[in-house]
Amino acid sequence: MKTRIKTFKLAMLSLIIFTALSACKTVKSYQKSKLNDAEMILSSRKVQKFEQSFQLYREGASGANGGKSGGGCGCN
Amino acid sequence: MKKIYLHIFLLYIGILSSFAQSKPKALASDTSNYQSRKLKIEEVNFVSSYYHQDGNNSAVTGGIGTEKLSDIANTFDLQVSKLNKLGYKNTFSFELGVDHYTSASSDKIDPNTISSASSADTRIYPSLNWTKTNETTGNAIGFTGSMSTEFDYQSVGAGFNLTRVSKDKNTQFDFKLQAFLDTWKVILPVELRGVTSGSTRHEHDNYATSPRNSFNASFSIAQVINEHLQALLILEPSYQKGLLATKYQRNYFTDNSVRAENLPNKRFKLPIGIRLNYFLGDNVVLRSFYRYYTDDWGIKAHTAELEVPIKISSFFSISPFYRYSEQTGVKYFAPYGQHKVSETYYTSDYDLSNLSSDFYGTGIRFSPPKGLLGLQRLNMLELRYGHYVRSTSLVSNVISLNLKIK
Repeated sequence: MKTRIKTFKLAMLSLIIFTALSACKTVKSYQKSKLNDAEMILSSRKVQKFEQSFQLYREGASGANGGKSGGGCGCN
Repeated sequence: MKKIYLHIFLLYIGILSSFAQSKPKALASDTSNYQSRKLKIEEVNFVSSYYHQDGNNSAVTGGIGTEKLSDIANTFDLQVSKLNKLGYKNTFSFELGVDHYTSASSDKIDPNTISSASSADTRIYPSLNWTKTNETTGNAIGFTGSMSTEFDYQSVGAGFNLTRVSKDKNTQFDFKLQAFLDTWKVILPVELRGVTSGSTRHEHDNYATSPRNSFNASFSIAQVINEHLQALLILEPSYQKGLLATKYQRNYFTDNSVRAENLPNKRFKLPIGIRLNYFLGDNVVLRSFYRYYTDDWGIKAHTAELEVPIKISSFFSISPFYRYSEQTGVKYFAPYGQHKVSETYYTSDYDLSNLSSDFYGTGIRFSPPKGLLGLQRLNMLELRYGHYVRSTSLVSNVISLNLKIK
């Protein structure tokens, strides 16, 4: 299990470094056809709404993913 | 006669030439960059989901016993907008959610009844958000009101949201505040209620109530990095106060005694998440997410998710995904029969124990240009299935559907 955690951490670190290395550049509106694609939206999908709810109850961690973070129990 | 015709012709040319030198005045409506100010339906979404789980560590029975549970959840949301004279867009989002669950473990709160009050329940939760957006700058401000009701739990919520967008529209900052003022009935396991035999259902229904309040803040910054890559950093501190223990969950001690779960009445949570979405080539998108979470009960968690939507055509995509999560448990957790009598706080809820989980599955997205089933306004269908395995042997399956009307 520890190996998997390390792999994930390494993968995420690589992504962050990759991001940092690619200097942010001004992207004009007409250059955003790919960024505006429905699959590129920077939030979870609406269809994930209930997945996030059950993960919230079946795990101790919550938040920072656009899921439910309060209001109503549903905690069975 | 010829002179008359010549004069009329020259006069006509003169009139034409005088118009040729000046800008023709357009109609008032053409100069105002006209946009419709009628109330417009932005989109309607219907999301439905079926969830089923099974395991053998029910918190209601002290960390042993069935965790079988089924839940059917539905939400309907409607977004309408109206442009005002000053160019501000007012968007109203109304959502109505209805969940219904059946739970085998909840039925053990009072096993003497054929079916106790919490063996099945329905939760109804409406909410309304109003957001005012400057169409030119993208800056926005909004307010939300919400409520939720189920048999043993009532909630009233209010929220505020603020959006600031950079001039080049490549950076967006969002700030949110939310407060949930909840009340829940303190339902104890039947043997701990102090009600002797001969009690009636009516007596059982006179439960004491206790508050639980949650205050959440959210700061996020979204950044376009280049034509293919964008990122989001989000921080969501949260503070809870009130009854945070689930009182109908049993805890068994080393001396064979049993008590209702007891946990501190305050909790501070701090999750920080990052999303990176990358469009790889023309047909593949990499959607990644990582979250680190910590709280003052002792949970530290890492969650990572990768989803790879593959565009089979411009309107059809398949999205396999994998999510891994692991956490250290709360310091108050112990399995069945292992709590010491001297402990102040105790829980045998495996949701709060040391665990890791794998969640994987596939989604499909279908959005034909002429609409689904020939209905132009039936804009999009998403179907998603996921299989969840937790290291504590809990297994679950979830299938969800999203239909969008635009």
